Amino acid sequence: MASRKHLAAVKGAKVLMVGAGGIGCELLKTLALSGFQDIHIIDMDTIEVSNLNRQFLFRQSHVGQSKAKVAREAVLKFRPEISITSYHANVKDSDFNVDFFKQFNVVLNGLDNLDARRHVNRLCLGADVPLIESGTTGFLGQVTVHVKGRTECYECQPKPAPKTYPVCTITSTPSKFVHCIVWAKELLFAKLFGDKNQANDLNVRSSDGASSSKQAEDVFEHRDDEDIEQYGRRIYDHVFGYNIEQALSNEETWKNRNRPKPMYIRDVMLNELGQQNGSVEKNGAANEVYSVSAMASLGMKNPQDIWSLMENSRVFLEALKLFFMKRQKEIGNLTFDKDDQLAVEFVTAAANIRAASFGIPLHSLFEAKGIAGNIVHAVATTNAIIAGLIVIEAIKVLQNDTKNYRMTYCLEHPARKMLLMPVDPFEPNKSCYVCSETPLSLEINTHRTKLRDVVEKIVRATLGMGLPLIMHGSALLYEVGDDLDEDMVANYAANLDKVLSELPTPVTSGTMLTIEDFLQELSCKINIKHREEFDEEKEPDGMVLSGWTQAPAVAQDDKKSTANAGSSSSASSSMEPEKTDDIETTPGKKRKLSEVSESANPELSSVAGSSTRNPEKLELVDDDDDLVIFDNWDSVTDKKIKCNVSSSS
Amino acid sequence: MGRLCLGMDGEELTEQETALYDRQIRVWGAGAQRRLSKAHVLVCGITGTIAEFCKNIVLAGVGSLTLVDDRVVTEDALSANFLIPSDENVYAGKTLTELCRDSLKDFNPMVRVSVEKGRPLMPLFPDIIEIKNILHLDLTGDLSSFGSEFYGKFDVVVVSCCSFTTKKKNEETIECELHYPSFEESISVPWKSFPRRFSKQYFAMRVIERFEEAEQRKPGELSIADLPAVLKLKKELCEAQSLNESHIPNALLERLVTDTREFPPVCPIIGGILGQEVIKTISEKGDPVKNFFFFDAMDGKGIIEDVSGNP
Repeated sequence: MASRKHLAAVKGAKVLMVGAGGIGCELLKTLALSGFQDIHIIDMDTIEVSNLNRQFLFRQSHVGQSKAKVAREAVLKFRPEISITSYHANVKDSDFNVDFFKQFNVVLNGLDNLDARRHVNRLCLGADVPLIESGTTGFLGQVTVHVKGRTECYECQPKPAPKTYPVCTITSTPSKFVHCIVWAKELLFAKLFGDKNQANDLNVRSSDGASSSKQAEDVFEHRDDEDIEQYGRRIYDHVFGYNIEQALSNEETWKNRNRPKPMYIRDVMLNELGQQNGSVEKNGAANEVYSVSAMASLGMKNPQDIWSLMENSRVFLEALKLFFMKRQKEIGNLTFDKDDQLAVEFVTAAANIRAASFGIPLHSLFEAKGIAGNIVHAVATTNAIIAGLIVIEAIKVLQNDTKNYRMTYCLEHPARKMLLMPVDPFEPNKSCYVCSETPLSLEINTHRTKLRDVVEKIVRATLGMGLPLIMHGSALLYEVGDDLDEDMVANYAANLDKVLSELPTPVTSGTMLTIEDFLQELSCKINIKHREEFDEEKEPDGMVLSGWTQAPAVAQDDKKSTANAGSSSSASSSMEPEKTDDIETTPGKKRKLSEVSESANPELSSVAGSSTRNPEKLELVDDDDDLVIFDNWDSVTDKKIKCNVSSSS
Repeated sequence: MGRLCLGMDGEELTEQETALYDRQIRVWGAGAQRRLSKAHVLVCGITGTIAEFCKNIVLAGVGSLTLVDDRVVTEDALSANFLIPSDENVYAGKTLTELCRDSLKDFNPMVRVSVEKGRPLMPLFPDIIEIKNILHLDLTGDLSSFGSEFYGKFDVVVVSCCSFTTKKKNEETIECELHYPSFEESISVPWKSFPRRFSKQYFAMRVIERFEEAEQRKPGELSIADLPAVLKLKKELCEAQSLNESHIPNALLERLVTDTREFPPVCPIIGGILGQEVIKTISEKGDPVKNFFFFDAMDGKGIIEDVSGNP
């Protein structure tokens, strides 16, 4: 690897970086040092305090500013002669279309979410530009190379969907702390401080119907003449006391479960009531909104402490009071934000009280914040290492050194003496609907399922298309775009509510649909197969898409069941990873990855685990004469990918 | 913004620290973060790799970082070091360490970064120092111009080879060592005691080292013209150590003598591993690797070898 040779390749290259976060900062610096002279960088995010421990191009004084812009300025200070173009924008904007991508020799991803990664993958395939993809979590990281026709694309292996929890687990039968967090954040917090018009499952129970639910609405309403302390205690008793009593009355539920204990404020805080008067005043009137803190006004300091039930109850009441006294204007418009101290305090306290009621171990505010905010662990060193590896691959790609492309894993514990483990890239998956022509197959009840369900559940959610067009032969069934005339819009709207077999051009068994996305320049075909019945438990969508292996959900701790809840808004209990910071993985997934790398010690063959890939043997890259072959390698890498190591910022 | 964190007992992290270090505390815990904030690190010799290392531990939040290297900025030093502003008006007349200090301070106001005047001289005597850990990046320079009292102030000392010291560092093959055995002890382990599949980089580096020593070259002061002599030395060393010559490919030695400058993308990799290992050492979170790490951009492998003589 003589540096003269690559210097020429590097100098003439025009590269696009997507993401100016944790990996992005390191990558921009390393590209500049390595001689790259024309770098474009896109990032829609602004700088936050918790970025500063690793996104070293940013300072305290930059908080709130565009990451892409500040990163550009910082690097120009030590390399003023190069050209860096920054875009403070979403990579999914239509400005960044296939033509935009075509101007680059290579695209480098340092992204924090699956959605954007899939989008960039498609644009790179459409523009025929090589993509280098990366991600880190804690001490783990990976770099992969995706070159159309040569290596697998980012989507050749399906990625896991974010974990969602069954509504009844959240509303009635929590068994883990995360269930209590979801309840506190998505239901209670949203009910008290969020949009009142949003559907909320907080009071949905199987036993009593509409009447009590109606009555419950009133319970959460703060009456103008009501003392705020009084109101807080009333809410407390309702959600931790009365609601639990109600739930207990349904004996069936508790046959095989531990019965929860109702909590009433008078029992929990025997001698406490009335003692905290005036604490709010002590907190001072001039506080800025985000510095209002129940911990501060209660004199609690350490976020690592696990509070007692009584302390949690005090924080709960204090936080609720502070919202009404200091942040009255926001009530009705609040959504949970991990950077909102008071919101985190409230959610921590509420989750802990509920946990205590259900006999689940309590957690510190620090831990609760991590779970509620889906915060991914991140350190500077891993990002630096990954950035170096990205540049090494980028140089190979620019030199068209195809034989030497590698996927590289950064491990926490050495496996076969290696901390950095290179692996030959996989070939494209022939059944991948994104990078191959292979049609997908959709089993569906064509007499009962509406086009809307296909658009929402299949085209948007599963296939990840933002601007879809659906064709049956040459007939357009559905289309999204700004330039459609009114007739068409009305026509498509009408189609959405029709079942497939009653569409103007009927879709029946054997129909081949063509689905396209203009922006992504992606087109795929779906073969429709009519099926009468679907298993409600296993196939809740009433459709089965196959031909491209869908990854199983990451954790299957609870069976999906909506039997109890009569609610349609299961989305309200999903744990969508935060988009603003580091993630796409949940803590559970990360743990799995570290287990993999731990158990990946010398005898990798002992690693258990089923694989969703076709079994294929993989040769570890090795220039020594004796090659080492892992039978189970694909299950190892597969897990890695599933547990995907994905942050960036 | 003082170091509020260390009150009388120094046990609690401040709110400010908790906010700043949130994501990494989630990796290594609050206890480890407290230990980091009390650690003092000395770095001798500034290179692109060391600049990366310094950035990493300053971001991680060590208590203090002291830099030793009196050289002034040269074209070469600029090439892989992002801590040095490229404006000649800024760097003229300043030493490498002064410039690096100024940049590093900005990364994290909670870390004290300072410069110690001094110029490492001749060979290192490993027994002059009483320090918890010494990390060598490649081979060492001499730090005997400082007394043991000076070293005693630090928890970790990182010694990097620079052009003025005795040994070399290579573009793509770089090693670092943890003080389980000392560096001197490690390299005196007989070659034939190593397992059959041992990193060829290790042997190759020893050959280059011996060559520079014999020829009284500065580290990295090599060219392709030296290759025949280096190959001859390899043969002799292999015979003396009863090692099959095929363990040290000639092509590798050729690469090592051809381009001796730092390869910029490798700097964050070695600087990252080194940072991680130092953080492990200080935070007592996990065992640092034992005891050599090699990375070769050609094959992409990052390998750990135990060169302690008692595997």
